[in-house]
Amino acid sequence: MYRHAFPAAFAAVGAAFYSAPAYAQSIDEKVNQIFANSTGWFVNLIFSNFPGTTFPWIVAWLVIGATVFTLYFGFIQFRAIGHSIALVKGDYSDPNDAGEVSHFQALATALSGTVGLGNIAGVAVAVSIGGPGATFWMILAGLMGMASKFTECTLGVKYRNEYADGRVSGGPMYYLTKGFAERGMPGGRILAVLFSIFCILGALGGGNMFQANQAHQQIAGIVGAYPGWITGVIFAGVVFAVIVGGLKSIASVTEKVVPFMGILYVGTALIIIAMNADKIGWAFGQIFDGAFTGLGVAGGMVGALIQGFKRAAFSNEAGVGSAAIAHSAVRTKEPITEGFVSLLEPFIDTVVICTMTALVIIITGQLVAGPDGNYLLNEAGTAIQTVGGTSGVGLTSAAFGSAISWFPYILAVAVVLFAFSTMISWSYYGLKAWTYLFGEGETKELVFKVIFCIFVVIGAAANLGPVIDFSDAAIFAMAVVNIIGLYILMPIVKRELDSYLSRLKSGEIKKFE
Amino acid sequence: MSGKFVVGYDGSVSSRRALEFAVDRARAQGGTIILAHVLEWSPYSFLTPSELEERHKRRREEMERAEKAITSTVVAELQDAGMPVEAVIRYGNTADLLCRIAKEHNAVQIVIGRDGQSAIGARVFGSVAGALVQTAPVPCTIVP
Repeated sequence: MYRHAFPAAFAAVGAAFYSAPAYAQSIDEKVNQIFANSTGWFVNLIFSNFPGTTFPWIVAWLVIGATVFTLYFGFIQFRAIGHSIALVKGDYSDPNDAGEVSHFQALATALSGTVGLGNIAGVAVAVSIGGPGATFWMILAGLMGMASKFTECTLGVKYRNEYADGRVSGGPMYYLTKGFAERGMPGGRILAVLFSIFCILGALGGGNMFQANQAHQQIAGIVGAYPGWITGVIFAGVVFAVIVGGLKSIASVTEKVVPFMGILYVGTALIIIAMNADKIGWAFGQIFDGAFTGLGVAGGMVGALIQGFKRAAFSNEAGVGSAAIAHSAVRTKEPITEGFVSLLEPFIDTVVICTMTALVIIITGQLVAGPDGNYLLNEAGTAIQTVGGTSGVGLTSAAFGSAISWFPYILAVAVVLFAFSTMISWSYYGLKAWTYLFGEGETKELVFKVIFCIFVVIGAAANLGPVIDFSDAAIFAMAVVNIIGLYILMPIVKRELDSYLSRLKSGEIKKFE
Repeated sequence: MSGKFVVGYDGSVSSRRALEFAVDRARAQGGTIILAHVLEWSPYSFLTPSELEERHKRRREEMERAEKAITSTVVAELQDAGMPVEAVIRYGNTADLLCRIAKEHNAVQIVIGRDGQSAIGARVFGSVAGALVQTAPVPCTIVP
C-alpha cells in the first residue's frame, strides 16, 4: 500500500517542480555551496588533528572522557546494570508518585531523541569509510560512553530547575552554573553560555539538518531523484505544525510508533543475521581483524578507530550533554537513580541497534573486497566500494533490501519517523539552550522555532558531506564544554553514588511491593 | 459490624447508579463509603520532552480538578445525607487500583457501574468489570 499511496503524494508535489528542473537543481547547489563555505572554518577547528598526526583531537577528548568516568566510577556500567533494569521496571518507584514522570518515560523519551539516523545512516558511513573494524571501536565507545551518560544525567537531575508553576527542566547549562557555584569554582556561567551556543548549533545540525538530509535521500531513493528542498519544505511544515502550532497529535503518534519501529528494525536485522548464520563467524572475524589491522582501509587501524568512535558518539550522544536535558524531568528523590537508568541508553542505542546495522551491512556483503581479501576503495579513494555505489542510509537500505526485498519501504517509513522524532527532541534541546541565553518569552521562543524550521529546508537541500561535517562538529563542540564540566563535578556524583549504594546495601532504600 | 464499600466513581451516570446502590447497602449495614476515583495512567507510556517538562504541572492540575469535582459535590452531598464517606484519588490502572484500595481499607465489597448503552463505555467498563471479576480480593458487585 505504501508503495503506491505515499510516493504518489510526493510524486504529485514533485511533478509541479519538475517543469523547471534546472532552476530547482540550482537552488540545491547554491544552498549547498553557501552552507559549505560558511561552516568550513568551524568544522576544521573541531576536527583538526594532533600536530603531525592524522588523529583528530576531539575523538581523543571523548574517549579519554569516557575512560576517566569508567575508571573513576569503578566500571559502574557493568556493576549497576541489574539495578538499572529494576529501576526502569519501577521496582523502586513510590506508588504515590503515579502520574509523575517515571524512569521508563524519561529513558524512552531520551532514547527517541538519540535513536535516529545515527543508528541507520551514521553506522553505514562508519563502516564504509572505516571498514568492518569500525564496528569494534563503535561498540567499545558505546560501552565506555555509558559511564559518561551516567555522570551527566545524574547531574542533570540534581541541578534541575523546578519552577513555581510545576514545570521541571534541567540540563548542562544548569549544572554548569549551579554545580560550579556550589563547588566555589569560577567559570560555570561562561561554560554554560558556550554550551548553550553549541547546543543550538547541534540542534540545527545533527538534530535537524542531518536528519532532514537523510530522510530526503531515503525518500528520493524510492520515488526517484527530485530536489531536496521540496522534502525540506514539507518536513519543515510538519515540524512547524508541531512545535509552533502545538499540534500534539502528530508528536504523540510519532512517539508511539517510533519504539515499535525500533523493535521492528532490530527484529528484522536479527532475522537477516539468522538467515546468514553461516557467515556470523566470518563477520566477527572481519570486525576484529579490521579493528586492529584496518584490512587495507583508508587510514588503516586508526581510520577504523576514528570512524567507530565518531559514529558512536554521534549516535548515542554520551558526553554531549543533550540527554541530560531529557532525563532531568524524572520524578525521583535520588538524582543518581536517573544516572543508573540513563546508562542503559548508549547500550540500547549503540551496542544493540548500531551493531545490528553494521552486522547486516557486513553480512550481506555490501562492501566490495578484492581478490586478496582487502577492501577496494571507490574512485575518489575516500571510502570502500559498495555493491551499488551507495553510502549513508542508502547503503543500509541496500543491505536490508538484498535479504528482504520489500524492507527498504518499511525502512523509508522508519527513517522518516526516526528523523522526525529526533527533530522534535532536538528542537526542545535547542529551545532550552536558547531560553537559557535569551530568557523565556513567547516571541523569543518563536524566533528559535522558525530558525529551526528554516534549517530543515537547508538540511534537506544540501549535500551529505558538508551537512555531516557540520553536524558532527556542532555536536562534538557541545562535548568539549560538557566534559570539562563533568570533570569538575564528578566528585559530587561520586558522593551521591557512594551514599546511595551504602543505603541500598543497608536496606534503607528498598523495593516497593 | 461496619463494612466499608469501595465505589469506583468517575462521574458517569452508571457510576452514579453504583454509588446509589452502595449507599443503600451501607446505610442498611451502618457501613461507610470509600469513593475511589482513578485517573488512568501508565508509567510505560511515551511522552515528548516538552510533555515531560510539564508532567508535574499537569498532574497537579488534574488532581486539583478531580478533587474539586469529587469532594465539592459528591462527598459533600453524602455527608449532608449523614453517610460517612472518604474519597481516594489515584493514578494508574482502574481495576488494579480498586483492588488495592479495597485491600488497604479492609473493604467488604467493591461496587462499580456498567454502562450497557454506549459501545465505548461498555468496552471501558466491561474491561474494568472483567478484570475485577478475575482479581478482586473481596466480593464485587457490578451495577447495570
